[in-house]
Order: sequence, then C-alpha cells, then structure tokens
Amino acid sequence: MKKRRLSTIRDKLPAALALAGLVLVWELVCLTGLVPGYMLPSPVKVVRAFVGDFGLLMENSAVTLQEAFLGLVIGVGTGFVFAVLMDAFPVVRKMFYPLLVITQTIPTVAIAPLLVLWFGYEITPKVVLIVLTTFFPLTVGLTDGFAQADADAINLLRSMGAGKLQIFRYIKLPSALPQFFSGLRIAAAYSVVGAVISEWLGGFSGLGVYMTRVRSAYAFDKMFAVIILISVISLLLMALIGLVERAMTPYRRARE
Amino acid sequence: MLEVKNVSVSFGDNHVLEDVNLTLGKGELVSVLGVSGGGKTTLFNVISGLLTPRQGSVLLDGEDITGRPGHVGYMLQKDMLLPYRTIEDNCALPLLLRGVPKKEARRQVRERLPEFGLEGTGRKWPVQLSGGMRQRAALLRTHLFSDNVALLDEPFSALDTLTRSAMHRWYLDIMERIRLSTLFITHDIDEAILLSDRICLLTGHPGRLTREFVISPARPRDPDFPMTQEFLEYKRQIRAAIS
Repeated sequence: MKKRRLSTIRDKLPAALALAGLVLVWELVCLTGLVPGYMLPSPVKVVRAFVGDFGLLMENSAVTLQEAFLGLVIGVGTGFVFAVLMDAFPVVRKMFYPLLVITQTIPTVAIAPLLVLWFGYEITPKVVLIVLTTFFPLTVGLTDGFAQADADAINLLRSMGAGKLQIFRYIKLPSALPQFFSGLRIAAAYSVVGAVISEWLGGFSGLGVYMTRVRSAYAFDKMFAVIILISVISLLLMALIGLVERAMTPYRRARE
Repeated sequence: MLEVKNVSVSFGDNHVLEDVNLTLGKGELVSVLGVSGGGKTTLFNVISGLLTPRQGSVLLDGEDITGRPGHVGYMLQKDMLLPYRTIEDNCALPLLLRGVPKKEARRQVRERLPEFGLEGTGRKWPVQLSGGMRQRAALLRTHLFSDNVALLDEPFSALDTLTRSAMHRWYLDIMERIRLSTLFITHDIDEAILLSDRICLLTGHPGRLTREFVISPARPRDPDFPMTQEFLEYKRQIRAAIS
C-alpha cells in the first residue's frame, strides 16, 4: 500500500515540476518587464489579489457553487430518467437520441441570453443552462452503460426467473456505473463553467458577476485570481467525484 | 424427473431441433454430445425456459415448465460471475431473486461455501479467484437456484487440462453428495464417457437425438477407467456414430 502511494507521487512529480516551472517563467517574464505589468500581472500579484479579495471571492463562489450543484443534481436526475426510459423503450431511444445529439451542437453562450430573457436575473436561468449542458454527458454515459450490460448475464438472470426490474437492479445499473461516473466528471466541470457563463449575462452575484466587474475595472490581477479559482473548484469537484467512484467500485481495485 | 417431449425448434425457415425426446432421472448424469452449432445450446435454452419450442414440452416432476424460466439451474462455459459482486453476493443472487432477505441469503451461502471448496472466499471478488474456483462458485449459485437439476453447457471447456480433470473428479463427488441430476452439454467425447451414465448423440440438421449409449461401469468409477479397453471401445463407437 505504502509502495503504491510512493509510486503515485513519482507519477505526478513531472506534472507538478512542469507547473512550477511555468509559474517561474511567468514570474520572470513579468520581473524583466518583457510584457508590461498592466497586461500580464505577475503570479505574486495574482496571489496578493486573491488574498486581498478572499472574502468576496468566497462569497461569490458560494453562489456559483449553489447554482452548479442545483443544476447538476437536476441534470443527473433528468439524465437518469431519460436513460432509463430510452433503455426500456427502444422507440423512445430512436425518437430522442438524435435530438439529444443535436441539442449539443447549440453553443451554450448563444442560448444563455435567451434564458435570461425568459427567466430573469435570478437563479432560474443559470440552473436551466446547467441542466441543459450536464444532462447530455450523463444521459449518454448511462444509456451506453445500460446497452453494454452483458447479454449472457441478463439471460442467466432471466433463466433464474428474474423480472425486468431485477435485471435492471442487479445487472444494468451496476454495469453502467463506470460510464455514469465518467459522465458525471464531465458534467461537474460543465456545471461550474455553465454557472459562470450564465452569470456573465446577467445576475447580481457569483464568480461570473465578479469577473465582469473586475474586467470592466481592468483589474487583470483579480481576473487571473478568479480564473484560477474557477479551475481549482472544477478540479476539486472532479476529485471528489473520483473519490465517490472509488468507494462505490471497490472491485476495480481488487486485481492484484 | 426431467422430461423433454417431442421438442422441435425453428428460427424462421431454419429448423434447429426436430422431435427431441430426453429423460433425466434422479441423480443421473446424462450428456448431450454433438458438434458445435448442432443445436445443443438451443436445447438447453428450451429446457431452461428461455426459449419456447415450436412444438413439444418440458416437464419437471410432471409439471409443465415449457417456456417458463425459473425452474432449472443453468451454467455456462463462462462462469458469468458478476465482477462487481463478491463471491458471496454472486452465489446469493438466486435467493435474492426469490425474495430471501439479504442477510439470510448471505448466511445460507456462507454455510455452503466449504462444501464447494470455497472456504474463506465469500468476501473476495471474482477476479481474485482461479478459474476452477470460479466454476465451483458458479455451480454453487446454480445449485442454490434449483437443488435438483443442473444444466451444464460445456462448463469445464475453458479450463486448463489439469484443473479440468480435478474439476471432473470434484464434480462427480459433489453431485453424489448433494444428489444432483445433471444434463451436460459437451463436444468432448472423453469427458462425456468419463462423466456420464448415458450419452445422447445430437446429430444432423435439424438436430435429432439419434443414438444413446449407456456407459458402464456405474459411478463412482475407477480413476484408471479412461485407460481401459472398454473406454476406448465406447470412444470408437461414438466417433463412428458421429461422423
């Protein structure tokens, strides 16, 4: 166990070094004045901006996270229902699967203003946008997972007299878990980005609103601080989902 | 106890089985021997109730179970243990499907594990077990599903030779102990002679049960049986009848 932890550290060391190197180059570029300071703030300035605005950033994060979470939960819920329906009724699948793919070609940024016009400046348009973007990877992940369930295993259960519901519970659902989680990871990242984008287009608080404000003030250091914060939040969410996945699929680590 | 009566199966114009009759008595092991693609698996699907024949019926202890799954245990070449359930939970599946509460089902499984040479493996995942152990777990699952008849579709053909002959000995032994009746599909003549009380040949297209061989001596047999003249004589006759 200990050995494995050591080897993961060794695996991740190159990435950490590369990141540190990049930050160092960035700092040097700013120090030597290669790029003027008002266009590219140095990492030190970004950190200072982050610390200075910490309270404000956290307040806005809470709003954004709340939207993202709500959208994600509803997205997971509808995605699940849709996937189950498409799996149970091939007609539903034939009707809606192509439509689902088409909806994904509509750029989020293009429908966001419409949603604001329809639903106002409160939380509703944000949540709707997140549901629209997260629901797709989840539905596709689950539907594919259900479809890939082992046909022989299903036959075996049928031979034991299992009904449709039991086959779903014992075969289809557990076989779809890995795909579900890869869909969920993507959806989680989308949900944060979706929340920020919809906040740009109208709202009173949230990281997106903060972003538009500091942009109009040309506060580049704060811009960078909030951008980094957003990616950190996304990474943390994905890591959290990874942990849940590990806990729910212990058998994948059994082969040793 | 298990009777297959005048069963014919066709898929469209493709006639797979024609007028198949078969009986399996208590504690008996009967093999269905035939070439691959000859309808053996179709016959098993009919007996297990997954497939309804065009005509004919399947009786279990006199009760008509044609086209009604859930009566006869079924085991394939692939062990079909679900990778995401522990051995214990895999074997408990038939009990859970029948509505036995989880705790009670697990208890029943744990009780039977040693008998199947699976002591201490209840909490393990299928990938952690050897091929032979996995087959034994699959058999325990089959047995917990129906304690009277087992349909085995080439269950040992994916195992290596040594594991396989160990499994043969083990199977005959456990079959005796739990008084199981077995209908066995195989394309391996040696395996059929070694294990069976009777061998039915499934030949032709559509497949018919053309001949039956009663194998003596009665089980349990001497380990050297495969080396005897009798054994070779059966083998010669069966090969002649198949080709």
